[in-house]
Amino acid sequence: MAIKPRIGVFICHCGENIAGTVDVSGLAEDIIGYDNVAFSTDYEYMCSDPGQNKIKEAIEEENLTGVVVAACSPSMHEETFRGAVEDVGLNRYQCEIANIREQCSWVHGEDGDKPTEKALKIIKGVVEKVKRNVSMEPVEREHADKCLVIGGGIAGIQAALDVAEAGNEVILVEKEPTIGGHMAQLSETFPTLDCSQCILTPKMVELNQHPNIELLAYSEVKEISGYVGNYSAQIERKPTYVDTDACNLCGDCEDVCPVEVTDEFNQGLDTRKAINIPFSQAIPSSYTLDTDACLGLNPLRCSECAEACDADAIDFDQSSEYVEEEFGAVIVATGYDLYPKEEMGEYGYGKYEDVVDGLQFERMLSATGPTGGVVRRPSDGKIPENVVFIQCSGSRDPENHNSYCSKICCMYTAKHAKLYKETVPDGNAYVFYIDIRAGGKDYEEFIQDVQEEDRVLYLKGKVSKLKRVDEKMRVWGLDEIAGERVEIDADLVVLAQSIVPSKGTDETSKKLNLNLGANGFFKEAHPKLRPVESLTGGVFFAGTGQGPKDIPDSVSQGSGAAAKAIDLLSKPTLSHDPQVVEIDEDLCSGCGLCVGQCPYDALEINSRGVAEVNEILCEGCGTCASGCPTNALSLRNLTDEQLTEMIHAHIGD
Amino acid sequence: MEFEPKLVGFLCKWCSSAGADLAGVSRKSYPPNLVPITVNCSGRIDVNHIVRALKDGADGVLVSGCHPGDCHYTSGNYKTWRRVALLKHVLEDFGMNPDRVRLEWVSATEGEKFARTVEEFTDEIKELGPGPFSNAKE
Repeated sequence: MAIKPRIGVFICHCGENIAGTVDVSGLAEDIIGYDNVAFSTDYEYMCSDPGQNKIKEAIEEENLTGVVVAACSPSMHEETFRGAVEDVGLNRYQCEIANIREQCSWVHGEDGDKPTEKALKIIKGVVEKVKRNVSMEPVEREHADKCLVIGGGIAGIQAALDVAEAGNEVILVEKEPTIGGHMAQLSETFPTLDCSQCILTPKMVELNQHPNIELLAYSEVKEISGYVGNYSAQIERKPTYVDTDACNLCGDCEDVCPVEVTDEFNQGLDTRKAINIPFSQAIPSSYTLDTDACLGLNPLRCSECAEACDADAIDFDQSSEYVEEEFGAVIVATGYDLYPKEEMGEYGYGKYEDVVDGLQFERMLSATGPTGGVVRRPSDGKIPENVVFIQCSGSRDPENHNSYCSKICCMYTAKHAKLYKETVPDGNAYVFYIDIRAGGKDYEEFIQDVQEEDRVLYLKGKVSKLKRVDEKMRVWGLDEIAGERVEIDADLVVLAQSIVPSKGTDETSKKLNLNLGANGFFKEAHPKLRPVESLTGGVFFAGTGQGPKDIPDSVSQGSGAAAKAIDLLSKPTLSHDPQVVEIDEDLCSGCGLCVGQCPYDALEINSRGVAEVNEILCEGCGTCASGCPTNALSLRNLTDEQLTEMIHAHIGD
Repeated sequence: MEFEPKLVGFLCKWCSSAGADLAGVSRKSYPPNLVPITVNCSGRIDVNHIVRALKDGADGVLVSGCHPGDCHYTSGNYKTWRRVALLKHVLEDFGMNPDRVRLEWVSATEGEKFARTVEEFTDEIKELGPGPFSNAKE
């Protein structure tokens, strides 16, 4: 005969968070008469050591077979309480959480007795579940050893290096012909003003030389499937039409190429050839033939580059190669784009040549940029005497554009103004700002230095209008502090353009089943406590794909994501949640409907003509159980009987 | 006394229950009529569970899962979508207002949407009055 369940109910006050709204001691009294509830109590903080000890003592003294902790969301303390019951020999799956805080006390503060009534129903429902729970042991399984890093900006580079240094094999996939990301485009970096490429390129080289890292540039993850520890991905290596090993970077191909198109690396301030290398320290260090621009990859139409190449590196017959690999962990470091011109009607962005964005200005300041580091305005190449910088262009504007702060613009605008003043000491720099946000280490001092030493004029207020008047950009704005209107005839206007998730973010989120937040950035598992993890097991975030960040924060998150991946990969086996589907062969008719419903290929009709589940592949969604016409399938610890009794507990009488 | 409907809410663990948690964290208040049951996936919800809730005396049932394309288990929400659509037809054939069953997509970031959904649903069911098997106090 089965042992009669003896359930203990432990009601947490959570200080006043629950007890302020819900009659906790009343609940403890009311629940004691409920079927199979052998013990109940309430306590100020159940999650504290004394609170956990109360649970442990009661299990031992009252011979409890199951525990319900009525407290905060299971996402907070389920592990705490399951660990506690395990300490005294109860199976962890005999402990369940009744969420009476987030889903009750916190949202029904003004409703009198009703929150208490609702809490009682929630607890009764969970009691009905727990008393039918079975004890389970996690299933141990093997995992793949490699780590996939998607994105080769500074965050992805840092993550890849850290994971590789710990002895794991890494494949880094970068969609552009070179790694380096936006950091490679920057001139100097705030607040120390060290040259961006000078600090980035050693890392790029280190990555390229690392024996544990395989770099797949000009490549994309086409498909990825699987689950934590066992992802399989198909990666497309697009043809560059240049043999990387043979190319000696002489540049003869580029010299003879007859096609000139907009240079993306220089943010459209310059042109490049159809065959090109983004910058001289690019890695892999090889030319790439852009097929969209090339006259046709056809020697009959044009083969100037191939003829000019002494190394015979150019190969028109290359085609995409597909790499299939298994990965234990995935780090997503897909970065940002600037908020597009098409979305901005203001400030003449995209309309006037002499209105540029932050990245264009970086290229102007860069010694390797199109102007050789001399600030020249695009329309006529003149060195500008008056430059207006407009902050929060597209940011902090919930009515029209993005509501969030792009975080890096205050600092890079100050840097831009400073660098401009250093190259044009007689020039005037004006910065229109809403607030100055300089919260990083040594950041505030940098701003003060720019304002006081470089004599950059900061004007608190928004720009209301901007128009081309003769050769100048006339800027009308407001100086809130002086309380007056300002009119400036600028030679150049620089917009601190908002940053948005990079173009493929949406697609990546779908491929990997990741959540996106309201602003389109990847959503982390917990905004404070799990900032580098996604809700998909074994997938971690690094860099600006998860939200606006400066370089130090991107590097930190890259290392954080790497630590998470190393932790996972270093385990000999991973434990798989044992809450999977079971099959009652006597009821199964072998119709096979379940097989088609399973997204994980975990079900098959076996040689005996009945359904069989692969416990390693089953993720426990229970979709098949709900689709089985004969009720032969059942999800462990969330059976039809359990759900039915939970419903009854909520609605009955 | 005003009719206070009894509502059951089936929330998937990954999106909608997390969305309900966010509503709590952000103190977005909503009526206490709906009692939540968290399940792994909205795909775990069998039409029988919905019918059971209505037969037990619920005045309305909310099923809430991840947005299409965002299901933690890839496609469970699509199955639910079809099942609920079919159930609504059946309910109508049996003379029950199909609006007593509501399917909603609420993500983990949509605390406000969760609160608003429960509020709207409670108001709608109040308007419809007690269900045919209602055991709510009049």
